[in-house]
Amino acid sequence: MTEPTTQAGAPAPRSSKEQASDAGRNRLSDRKKARLDELAQSTAAPGGVSLFRDAFRRLRRNPAAIVGAIIIALFVLVAIFAPLIAPHDPVQRFDALTDQLTPNNIAGPMDGFPLGSDELGRDLLSRLVYGSRQTLFVGVLATLIGLTIGVVLGAIAGAVGGWLDNILMRITDVMLALPALLLAITLVALASKSSQWTVIMAVAIVNVPIFARLLRGSMLAQRESDHVLAARALGVKQRSIVLRHMLPNAMTAVIVQATLTLSVAIIEAASLSFLGLGDPDRDRAEWGAMLGDAGVRYFEVRPELAYYPALAIIVVALGFTLFGEAMREAIDPKNRR
Amino acid sequence: MLRVIVRRLLQLVVTLIALSALIFVWLRNLPGGPVDALLGERATPETRALLTKALGYDQPILVQYGKFMQRILTGDFGNSIRTGDPVTEVISRAFPATVELALTAMLIAVGLGVPLGYLAARWRGRLLDHLTVVGTLLGVSIPIFFLGYLLKDVFTQNIHWFPPSGRVSIGLDNTNITGFFVLDSLLTREFDATADALWHLILPAFTLATIPLAVIVRMTRASVLDVLNEDYVRTAEAKGLRQRTVRGRHILRNALLPVVTTIGLQTGALLSGAVLTEKVYNWGGLGTLITDSITGSRDYPILQALILLSALVFVVVNLVVDLSYAFIDPRVRVR
Repeated sequence: MTEPTTQAGAPAPRSSKEQASDAGRNRLSDRKKARLDELAQSTAAPGGVSLFRDAFRRLRRNPAAIVGAIIIALFVLVAIFAPLIAPHDPVQRFDALTDQLTPNNIAGPMDGFPLGSDELGRDLLSRLVYGSRQTLFVGVLATLIGLTIGVVLGAIAGAVGGWLDNILMRITDVMLALPALLLAITLVALASKSSQWTVIMAVAIVNVPIFARLLRGSMLAQRESDHVLAARALGVKQRSIVLRHMLPNAMTAVIVQATLTLSVAIIEAASLSFLGLGDPDRDRAEWGAMLGDAGVRYFEVRPELAYYPALAIIVVALGFTLFGEAMREAIDPKNRR
Repeated sequence: MLRVIVRRLLQLVVTLIALSALIFVWLRNLPGGPVDALLGERATPETRALLTKALGYDQPILVQYGKFMQRILTGDFGNSIRTGDPVTEVISRAFPATVELALTAMLIAVGLGVPLGYLAARWRGRLLDHLTVVGTLLGVSIPIFFLGYLLKDVFTQNIHWFPPSGRVSIGLDNTNITGFFVLDSLLTREFDATADALWHLILPAFTLATIPLAVIVRMTRASVLDVLNEDYVRTAEAKGLRQRTVRGRHILRNALLPVVTTIGLQTGALLSGAVLTEKVYNWGGLGTLITDSITGSRDYPILQALILLSALVFVVVNLVVDLSYAFIDPRVRVR
């Protein structure tokens, strides 16, 4: 509180001592410059780099965020190094395992197969390890596609406004009026037969209205903000106001939502598999399909077929949720100090 | 108030019309349509054409849609392609089962969720708080159909507390009036049937309640924490009001506002969850109907009606929730 008073008082002595020494004048202008820089920095803060730095600092101190980040990192590492980690080919059927397959028995752990066999005599551990790849693929792709379409629609609605905004938002209303899984089921049912892509697209489209609404909301808030007004006053083109000034600032909420969506997407893909609308390719190892298809079908025979992929899904979903929630908390201006 | 209601009702009608048009066009123009579904891939072009004509699919799409809407408005959704029964009949047979399940699940979620969330907030940082936070995180991370199988395994195979599936025991002679088995048996005073129906209801309802429960607990906790710091709570305490009055009238009443909205939004989660839960427990409600009309042959008339119905339920429930705001929160009434 003391600094502004000296600052406000500063011009007065300067005008009275018009003939002050050069050194003194320099010092004064230096101070002014420093003060201006400071001011510029403080106004840049809500939305500039320092917000992210600030949020990141808070994120680093939050144990939930660290646990979430570690889980996500491990998940990604396993997916990348799957061929090195997995003891066997995930598709190959082993005689040692198929020999023991009967309607009432699926082989448990044995030498060389630490988690035993799956329903077709393949190594369960290797399928779980490779499953991280497909699960990551489905989750990330579904989220990215949903995010991209949602962001485009939301940005158009938020930037253009008017009747276009109205139409786009009514469409999202209609989509949001349907329960998520039901919408996904309807979308899958539209394809003549289900495949990995129908699953990805269905899960993606379910999330489109959420992203679109979210982005539109924060774009509208941006439109009223001072820095956009300043940009407009400076004569910045509408296109670049939207793309350079509004969109980057409005994206934070969307990115947080995307992290949370990743866990939902993985679970939704599993649910579709459970309903018989999942990826029909039985060679492909994906946790959701492993759990929703064979896992529950052979639950009485060998529940581990469900337990392991379920555990993997729960842990990974937990990781994304923890990290996403922590991010939301860190970015929330209420928590800024 | 009346204006708000009218506007919301109009919005509802517009939403439903848009949805019906969307679904109509979607379901009709895509591969694997009803004709293929009925005849299989090896049907001759002649039979195909005959059936297309019989089902009215040879007419212009706008004419078809007009007829479709005309029939819908008179309550006729056509016949199921698979069984030939009228859609309205098929759906009204399954509807009470799902409503019974979903209502029970919601009762569990609200009945457990609000007190748990409130206590967690009041004892912030203590053991119960930590447990609820971990529990809610797990609740939204677990695929509920897996939880269903897990519960079923533990409570029906290992310890025989509950029946594994279905709505009533086989061979039980219960009178069916409304289709709500618990209600029916109470009305007819067949109390053994009430007990039996409740017995079958508990596990599926708990399974279905997981996600709404987790969300409601979190919402209540966060909301109570917000309110606890409000000036009016401090004022109420400073005035020397009894603790019960402060908690009931000042904290809970204000904290529950956002929770009520959440409850409305959870209807969607309930309908989604019902599809999965009903399959796990062989429940025979709308969820089972949806699964049945999609796997194998696609039963479009049933799908159309079901999608419209669930959208209607979701929108109406949320409308009711919004309107009920006025009764809980006088501030809304003033506006």
